[in-house]
Amino acid sequence: MMPTSPAKRPRPLSPNIQIYRPQLTSVLSIANRISGVVLSLGAVVLVIWLLAAAAGPEAYAVVQGALASWLGQVVLFGCTFAFFLHLCGGIRHLVWDMGYGYELSLIYASGWAVVAGSVALTVLAWIASLLLGD
Amino acid sequence: MDRQHMRSPLARAMGLGSAKKGVEHWWAERVLAVALIPLTLWFVASIIAQTGSDHATFITWLRMPVTTIMMVLLLVALFHHTALGLQVVIEDYRHAGSKFAALVIMRLTCFGLATAGIIAVLHIAFGG
Repeated sequence: MMPTSPAKRPRPLSPNIQIYRPQLTSVLSIANRISGVVLSLGAVVLVIWLLAAAAGPEAYAVVQGALASWLGQVVLFGCTFAFFLHLCGGIRHLVWDMGYGYELSLIYASGWAVVAGSVALTVLAWIASLLLGD
Repeated sequence: MDRQHMRSPLARAMGLGSAKKGVEHWWAERVLAVALIPLTLWFVASIIAQTGSDHATFITWLRMPVTTIMMVLLLVALFHHTALGLQVVIEDYRHAGSKFAALVIMRLTCFGLATAGIIAVLHIAFGG
């Protein structure tokens, strides 16, 4: 009788997110990664925008029109929030990389500071943009 | 197996391991992250200031030497940081053949987009 190969059994993947309660630390960790991927797509929009500007006023107007549409504005707003989240989260990571801020209380304090800071900076950026755009 | 270093001769010959390419990747990602703090903040502030400006105004702004330099630096740092970050994401979630293909496509796309962006900026800056 052949023994069943242990490799055939589906192995659980770590971390076991299906049984793991979300916490501020884990949510911000994956949020930093997701916002980075979102910003990669935003970088594609940046290059399209620059290429359109180089191509001439007509192409530039098409891209500006697309960005000014409600869908374009939703995408830009999402990119703005992803940017400030990734910026604040990235600075938090750089502080950790220098060896500071590992006490549990500081981890939660800096985590909530990232949440509050990225929301506040996104709102401020859009208020400034709306005021200057009119 | 080298008893002292707990690594096979092949692994040593390939130069793999936590103290080789791993540190290089980790360090480059952080140097670029530090560079991107002023570059991206400058970009966001500039874009807010350029809200609703027409093509001629935008071109005039982009042709200023400081703007051209900052924009090229931004594109270089942005796409290098993006390639390093996406590499880790792909390595974590893709495996075997699809991982290799995804890494190659991602890296070439980042090179292509960075080049296209830089050429567009230089075309505007130095074009007639």
